[in-house]
Order: sequence, then C-alpha cells, then structure tokens
Amino acid sequence: MSSDAVDARPEVLVEIRGLCFRRGERVIFEDLDLDIRRGTVTAVMGPSGTGKTTLLKLITGQLHPDAGTIRVAGQEVTRLNTAALFRLRQRMGMLFQSGALLTDLSVFDNVAYPLREHTNLSASMVRKLVLLKLEAVGLRGARDLMPAELSGGMARRVALARAIALDPMMILYDEPFTGQDPISMGMLMALIRQLNDASGLTSILVSHDVRETASIADYLYVIFEGRVVARGTPDALAADQSAWVRQFMDGLPDGPVHFHYPAPALAEDLLTRRAR
Amino acid sequence: MLDPLARLGRRVLEALERLGRGHLLLLAILLGLGEVLRRPRLLWEQMFNIGVLSLLIVGVSGLFVGMVLALQGYYVLSQFGAAESLGVMVTASLVRELGPVVTALLVAGRAGSALTAEIGLMKATEQLSGLEMMAVDPVRRILVPRFLGGVLSMPLLAAIFSAVGVLGGYFVGVGLLGVDEGAYWSQMQAKIDFDEDLVNGMLKSLAFGVVVTWIALFQGYDTVPTSEGVSRSTTRSVVQAALVVLGLDFVLTALMFGD
Ligand SMILES: Nc1ncnc2c1ncn2[C@@H]1O[C@H](COP(=O)(O)OP(=O)(O)OP(=O)(O)O)[C@@H](O)[C@H]1O
Ligand SMILES: [Mg+2]
Repeated sequence: MSSDAVDARPEVLVEIRGLCFRRGERVIFEDLDLDIRRGTVTAVMGPSGTGKTTLLKLITGQLHPDAGTIRVAGQEVTRLNTAALFRLRQRMGMLFQSGALLTDLSVFDNVAYPLREHTNLSASMVRKLVLLKLEAVGLRGARDLMPAELSGGMARRVALARAIALDPMMILYDEPFTGQDPISMGMLMALIRQLNDASGLTSILVSHDVRETASIADYLYVIFEGRVVARGTPDALAADQSAWVRQFMDGLPDGPVHFHYPAPALAEDLLTRRAR
Repeated sequence: MLDPLARLGRRVLEALERLGRGHLLLLAILLGLGEVLRRPRLLWEQMFNIGVLSLLIVGVSGLFVGMVLALQGYYVLSQFGAAESLGVMVTASLVRELGPVVTALLVAGRAGSALTAEIGLMKATEQLSGLEMMAVDPVRRILVPRFLGGVLSMPLLAAIFSAVGVLGGYFVGVGLLGVDEGAYWSQMQAKIDFDEDLVNGMLKSLAFGVVVTWIALFQGYDTVPTSEGVSRSTTRSVVQAALVVLGLDFVLTALMFGD
C-alpha cells in the first residue's frame, strides 16, 4: 500500500481525459473529460442508456476504452496488469445496479467474503466487522437470510455493506435509489453522505433521480450522447438557464434531449415496405 | 445473391471467434489449476455436485445397459455355441465403449447442463462482475474447481457404470438365461486385459470429462446475459457435448484399438 499512498495529483482521485468508447457501431463516449475530486460525492447523471454504468465499468477497468486515459489514484487503469488492477480494486467498492450478491451464500457470508478473501483476520474479528458493516446499513438482523429472501432494496443495502467491508478509498454507486421506498431512500442518502464524510471516502454516484442526487452531491456532471453537457455544483446547475440543464434538472419531456433511441422519422418508417 | 453468402461468412467468423474464446478460456482454466491446491474444499464441493449427485442416474443406467447387453449378447453368442463367453462380451463392451460414452452423455445431460445454467445465471445477475470488482478472479474461483471436479468425476462414474453393468449382465445372463456362473467370471478374468481394456477405457473417459466440462463451463461463461441467452446456452451445452463426445469416441477408438 505504501507506493499507492503517493498520488500524482492528490486533490483529484479520478481523472478522465479524451475518453472514447464504442459498442460495435454505436458510440457511447466521445472525447469525454471528467474529474472526481477526493473526498467529495460526485454525481454523474444522464438519461437512461447514455452509458452511466459503462462509465463506472471503465473506471474500474472492467471495460477498456478505445482511446483516452483514465487515472485512478495516479495509476493509469488502462495500463495496469491484472495483479495491479486487482490491488487497485481492493481499494474500490462498487455497488451494482442489481446488487450482484452471491446467491449461494448467506447475507453474513456475502459481507464476509472480501474480508476472508483479502485479509488474514481471525474468524471472530471477521464476525465483528461484518456485524458492524451490516449495522451501518440497518440489516444486522438479516444476517442469516439468503439473497433470494431479500427484497431488491435490502439486497442493495447488503451489497453496500459488502462494498465497504474492506474500507475502500472510493465507492461507486450505480443507481442506488431505484426500488427504494421513500424511507429507505432517505436513509440511504444520509448513509452515502455519512460514509463519505466520516471515513474520508470519495463517492461516485450514478443516478437519474435528479432531486435526490442534487441534494447530497457536491458536484454534478450531466452526460448525454457521449459528452459532458453540463457540470457544476448543484446550486450552479439549479441556476443555469441553458436548455440542456433546464430540461434535465426539471424533467421536461421535450427539449434538446429526445426520449427516443435514434431512428428514422416515424412517417418514413411506417411507409417503408419492409418486413421489419 | 450476396446476402446469404455474407450471412454465411459472418456465421462462420462468429463460430471461429467463439472457438478461439473457448480455447482461451481453457488456457486460463489450466493456468489457474493451482488454485485448488490453495482451496481444496472448493474441489470437494464440486466433486460432490458433479460426481456424487450423478451417481444414481449413472448406476441405474449402468444396470439396465448391462442387462440389455446380456440379453442381446446371449442371443448372438448362443447361435455359435459360445454362450459362456457372455461375461467377456458384456465386460468388453462396457469397459471399452459403453461405460465411458454413455456416462459422458449422462453427465453432460445432468451435470453439464446444470453447470452451464449456474455459470450463465451468475453472469446474467452480475455475480461474476461482482467477484471481479472484489478483486477475485472468477475463472480461478468459480470455473477451475468445477472443471477439475468434472474431469476427475468422469472416470470414477464410468468405472461405477461399468461395474454395475457387469453385475446387471450377471443377473440376466447367469440368473435368468442359465449361463454357467464360473464361465461368466473366469472367461472375463482371462480375456479382459488391464492395459488394453481398462486403461484405454479410463483414458477415454478422462478425455470426455475434459470436453464435457469445458463445453459446459464455456457455454455458461460466454452466455448472452439474459434469461433467453442462458436457456439457449444450456441447450447448446448438452447438444455440443453429446456430439463432441461421440465424434471424439470414434477418433480415440481408432487410435487405441484400430490396429
Ligand atoms: N454488453 C453490451 N453489449 C452491447 N451494448 C451494450 C452492452 N451493455 C450496454 N450496451 C449499450 O450501451 C449503452 C449504455 O449502456 P449503460 O448500461 O451504460 O447505460 P446506463 O446509462 O447505465 O442506462 P441506465 O440508466 O438505464 O442504467 C446502451 O445504449 C446499451 O445499448
Ligand atoms: Mg445503468
């Protein structure tokens, strides 16, 4: 860990420059620049299908960009070998959209998994840590349940406990609020903020719940069609009058962002004599 | 005119790509085999899942195949007055051919399909990505123990299949058809060769273990991560494994017994 402690630019934990990424013909990112400052909660927002999940997978090295650089804690993710990447990932927690719990292990064993895998802690120490993490997400009582017995929202919280098990330097949240009732949503928001500030974490939050996200984030990025279309503090974006920002922040159905996947005009499409 | 040709070309290319990915996966699995030394418990679990849980179907099938072999064999052999060679015939057929092949087909249907569905669902529900994010290599942690479990279980299951089959042949041949008991066992002892018959049968079965498990794991790992994708991979796993086993059996038989 000692070599990792010295980062090139300490105030920026994640630095993305000129990122390009394609899925077949479809361009997902085109020359994207983005900074995540250390110790902040940074939200990345954008309509469904713009590539928010893809962005998280690029940052964690699960996908490789076609061009551009992604530096995390001073290390170029695209150039790391598997061992170095795994070492870096031990310091990042990721909360998947679906939870991604191991279905054949209980809640307790799921949270204990990274501890047993990457540390030599004694069984009683592992137990203490697991119970503390589960307590933090309010699910200490659910330790003996299997993932199939959890609701979607509970599974997400267990996954959060697992993501913070190794006390990472950074957590990436993929849509943490979907499927949460208002109470657990409020709890989760408070938890994300509290984890971030109390443990000196850096958080990246991907979401399209504009209001909730804006209320806990320090900094917002809005991406659309492969680019950053707006950035700034929540207050700055709330005051921004550009059409992009207004449409997204106010949830207007029409504006520069269209609801439809790219397609030829409807009339033209209906008149074409083709089987599909 | 060019359209079907282009489609054909694309399908061939896709198949070749898949073949390449399959071999890369096999290489990764082989390179990771050391993992089971560090965590032998994972291997025992998989040998239980793949081997022990297939015991019943393998045993029952072996019994019936052995009994049918005795019925059919007796019919042919008795026409030449050679009914006391029934034991040799039943045993040779089982050990050289039917034991390894039928066991491989049964394992592909029972354990192979389960492996494919399990791995495919783990992929579809992001469990494999989740492991990677926890800095755990899913190939080493999930695939390697299953691979080794399948490869090691196969010859053991085939041996059990053949042994039960020989007993089935005995019940029918000696018990029902009145073949001399002493002849059934002593001719078997005299004519069945350790190297030629038993070892070659085991080698076959080991080879089948490799291909059946490899195909099952690859189909799961390479699945399209949707419920439809998983169901298609599961079917493909069983069909491909069956075809490859039968084809490979011909090649191995020609190499081993073909002179
Ligand atoms: N495995 C894949 N193969 C091909 N295309 C993909 C794949 N995964 C995602 N895509 C495409 O990449 C684009 C971005 O997907 P992504 O999941 O990153 O979107 P998202 O912003 O997270 O959306 P949501 O808010 O709905 O989760 C989508 O248009 C999708 O069609
Ligand atoms: Mg997403």
